[in-house]
Amino acid sequence: MTREMLTTKLRRVIRTGFFNFSRNGTVSLASVLVMTVTLMTIGLISFSGAVLETSLAELRDKIDVNVTFVPTASEEEILSIKHSLESLPEVLLVTYVSREEALTAFKERHASDQAILAALDELGENPLGAVLNVKARDPSQYASVADFLEGDNTLSQGGLTIIDKVNYFQNKTAIDRLSSIINSADKLGFALTIILAAISILIAFNTIRLTIYIAKDEISVMRLVGASTTYIQGPFVVVGVIYGVMAGILTLLIFLPLTYWLGGVTESFFTGFNLFSYYTGNFLQIAGIIMISGVLIGALSSILAVRKYLKV
Amino acid sequence: MISFDRVSKIYPDESVALDNVSFSIEPGEFVSIVGPSGAGKTTLLKLFLAEEKPTEGDIFFNDTNIHKLGKKSINDFRRRVGMVFQDFRLLPGKTVYENIAFTMEAAGRTDEEIEQDVPHVLDLVDLSSKIWNFPKELSGGEKQRVAIARALVNEPDVIIADEPTGNLDPVNTYDVVQILKKINDLGTIVILTTHNKGIIDSLGKRVIAMDKGRIVRDDKSGKYYI
Repeated sequence: MTREMLTTKLRRVIRTGFFNFSRNGTVSLASVLVMTVTLMTIGLISFSGAVLETSLAELRDKIDVNVTFVPTASEEEILSIKHSLESLPEVLLVTYVSREEALTAFKERHASDQAILAALDELGENPLGAVLNVKARDPSQYASVADFLEGDNTLSQGGLTIIDKVNYFQNKTAIDRLSSIINSADKLGFALTIILAAISILIAFNTIRLTIYIAKDEISVMRLVGASTTYIQGPFVVVGVIYGVMAGILTLLIFLPLTYWLGGVTESFFTGFNLFSYYTGNFLQIAGIIMISGVLIGALSSILAVRKYLKV
Repeated sequence: MISFDRVSKIYPDESVALDNVSFSIEPGEFVSIVGPSGAGKTTLLKLFLAEEKPTEGDIFFNDTNIHKLGKKSINDFRRRVGMVFQDFRLLPGKTVYENIAFTMEAAGRTDEEIEQDVPHVLDLVDLSSKIWNFPKELSGGEKQRVAIARALVNEPDVIIADEPTGNLDPVNTYDVVQILKKINDLGTIVILTTHNKGIIDSLGKRVIAMDKGRIVRDDKSGKYYI
């Protein structure tokens, strides 16, 4: 086939596709709307993924272990423990809070409680020990950090431990439960994503298949007048792609007011996460996912559905 | 030109649609195939168009075995055969012009040829005034004339008309038969299946009579017998 014939054919296929789309107004509208629901599902899945991720990260961030030292421990000894903690692969971050800082923080926290402040003054000296604040890379790793602190490597030269207490042992149950919740939320989110996406894609596929089912006699006539497979299939694929593009644009437009409206709610519920700013901030990426999904679902559904009626 | 060589068609449920059928058609012939429902007329046409495969035997068109053709060659072959059906089978989403243009596009004709030939062929069936109408806006007779125009436009070697007048009133029936006759006079083979005794008697052309999948009579200038 010459190049000229090929471009003529392509032009005819595209033109026929647009004609078919506009002439079957109601069917096209219905298909675009169904496809919009599918694409919105895909979009909402990616939103909820982002929400879940931020809130889980926030939760993870809230977990830490505080190591309180006896007031007599020297800063040198504490810093050497800090150093060995930092060399552990599980540990993400260790912050040192000196005795004075601990006292200031304590006073601030109880600024309204005159009795406690008075008792502190009565005492004359700082009763608080320095604190090391340890963050692990993963909540499940706190156990080994705590084991490390329990071991011999934290003994002072005199053979006495300088650690007053490690709050891991008080918080152990809460930490364990939280890390198992985080893990199952991750898994559940992933499974739900797959299932929802599969269902909505099937619905879109079925709708397109029905629109082509209406044309099955037409397809067999085209076959009998000697039209080639690509020439019959082409316009249907073009229509499928138009469905996808229109539904994609519609979805992106609907998301603007929707995320704006949900933005305030999400911001107060998940601290610092605003759905609207997430949407506008990642617009290109989200638009890409939605448009590509729309075009792929439209085109593939058409190809699969027409193929069924092309057997003559 | 066309020959059926000991062709049988047995469907999976063991019903015999064609039983050892042999005949040939020469260029320029007008052949009517008659017989009661279930005689095998439609199966015969389906086998000729390669819509179905024969269980036994071969079908030749210009010495080519139709059922040994590849997919692309079948498309080329079908473009050399014009089809007219009882139920018209126009494309409902396309205008009269586009219905005919589609056949030409499928055959890879240029835009210039299409713009020139479509009005011409519609003129031939006397439908120029309905060129931009959709099929649902036409009467039965008009639809059938569009179908004939579509069958004609690629200048086929053969026109197959399967009960073309089955849904038409006597006036339209007469018109359609006259058009088919005119096409035949220009040298195209016409194969017509019909139940209409009047048509057969008035044509005075070759008649092949079928019953229960067999050819029971083949007259050069036949009448319709039941």
